[in-house]
Amino acid sequence: MNELVFFINNVIISGSVTGSIYAIGAIGVTLIFSIMRFAHFAHADMMTFGAFMVLLLTAAFPAAGASFGIPTALVMLPLAMVITAALAVGIDKVFYKPLRAHGVKPIVLVIGSLGVTLMLQGLIRLFAGTGGQSLYVDDRKEIFRLAVPFEGVRAPIVITEPQIYLFILTLIAVVALHLFLSRSRLGKAMRAMSDNPELAQASGINTQMIVAVTWVIAGGLAAIAGTLLALDVTFKPDLSFFILLPIFAAAIVGGVGHPYGAIAGVCSRLCRNPGGIQLEHSTTPLSGQPARLVRTAQQFGVCEQ
Amino acid sequence: MPLLEARDVHGGYGGMNILNGVNMLLEADQVGVIVGPNGAGKSTMLKAVFGLLHVNQGDILLHGEPIQNLAPNKLVQRGMGFVPQEKNVFPSLSVEENLEMGAFLKPANVKRMLTKVYEFFPPLAEKRRQPAGELSGGQRQMVAMGRALMAEPTLLLLDEPTAGLSPLYMNEIFDRVKEINAAGVGILMVEQNAKQALAIADKGFVLAAGQNRFTDTGAALLADPDVAKSFLGG
Repeated sequence: MNELVFFINNVIISGSVTGSIYAIGAIGVTLIFSIMRFAHFAHADMMTFGAFMVLLLTAAFPAAGASFGIPTALVMLPLAMVITAALAVGIDKVFYKPLRAHGVKPIVLVIGSLGVTLMLQGLIRLFAGTGGQSLYVDDRKEIFRLAVPFEGVRAPIVITEPQIYLFILTLIAVVALHLFLSRSRLGKAMRAMSDNPELAQASGINTQMIVAVTWVIAGGLAAIAGTLLALDVTFKPDLSFFILLPIFAAAIVGGVGHPYGAIAGVCSRLCRNPGGIQLEHSTTPLSGQPARLVRTAQQFGVCEQ
Repeated sequence: MPLLEARDVHGGYGGMNILNGVNMLLEADQVGVIVGPNGAGKSTMLKAVFGLLHVNQGDILLHGEPIQNLAPNKLVQRGMGFVPQEKNVFPSLSVEENLEMGAFLKPANVKRMLTKVYEFFPPLAEKRRQPAGELSGGQRQMVAMGRALMAEPTLLLLDEPTAGLSPLYMNEIFDRVKEINAAGVGILMVEQNAKQALAIADKGFVLAAGQNRFTDTGAALLADPDVAKSFLGG
């Protein structure tokens, strides 16, 4: 039984936690790829930016959550989503749109997004410093220990409050995105543009508007993913460095360029998840990076079929 | 007022002109057919009309208003529909979603026009839930034409609608084009099957080297021995 509890704690729960965070990030990456045909490397920094906005807002109004009975960070999340979406649209206007207008190859946009990564990270560092900070400014992180009613079981099943919110929000985000893509006029137009941009334009679809909508959705989701990650661990300006690769792995396993791809990416984390344990408990996460790379590579072998 | 008028249109890709002064006049409710040898600029002219190609010189007028170099989505708003020769469906979208995309700018049209398009192309009604990428070439062409009709255009541009189709589908498509026209939609099409196309054409434009070589009614062009000798294979 102890082994089962260990398995639930360290594989199922922590696998779902990282899987959910990666999935929300990967949805953004794959949406951007399917509409604009480039790998957006600055995506993880948009996640950090979203978390940073939540940190700022939470620090400014630390007691706001108490009146709702939820952590202040979650109360601030919608506002942070709006700001991050605006940032995403703005970055596109300033950096990517002029490049697209010149008809550059996708690789130029990829390199451009690397520049945006460094810029965003530098900006966040400038204001937030380099250390880790908790998003729980004024409230307490609840940890639920569920005792397992069997003889000889030493450890309880442990799940924290932000993890529960994470599962709920991921479920909502995935279902909402599915409904948006399959039912709404704009969502269908997005899939149409992903299929055949020229024909989308010839049908009268305003492709500029679709691009903007893509950034709004990707930015909003990035803020959710970044905030939930920072709630689960801590906020750090370099969070992006150790979530970027897994996000792309999740997007690729799910099928880059298919709007639905990233949802399948969740399963990729459940397939094999030692990385999850590390992300939660390691204080120097960068040291684990090479090992994770190897695991990511293994994952392709494990989950590709 | 003519539906479409092109005056001395010059244009091409990246500095090189492919069109060297094309003139066209098409009245409302007419079928115009562009024929000519390979490389004459037939499809290029159609793309110039639909804003997909930069017009360097000359005017294109729709209902008397200049439209050259307007973006395609603006032209759709003004009542133009375009069916490209290749890649003319959204492969991963269902047939019905493909059609809905045609009415993107006129969402109020969707219900009414879907019924109309399904009446017009009965095979599509059966396959409405199927991804368009799984259809045969002829059925794809129907989806593509249906998609363009969803916005109720006054002028429909067709780029080689029968290319690569079996003779059975070819006749079917020509019949449909005639019916669409009979319903009051002006048609401008590029065709390789020149004889069959000119037979249904009110206006024929024979292009060569980016210029008009012959312009007349379809019947007159078919009867002209010069046209027959040089462009219709005798």
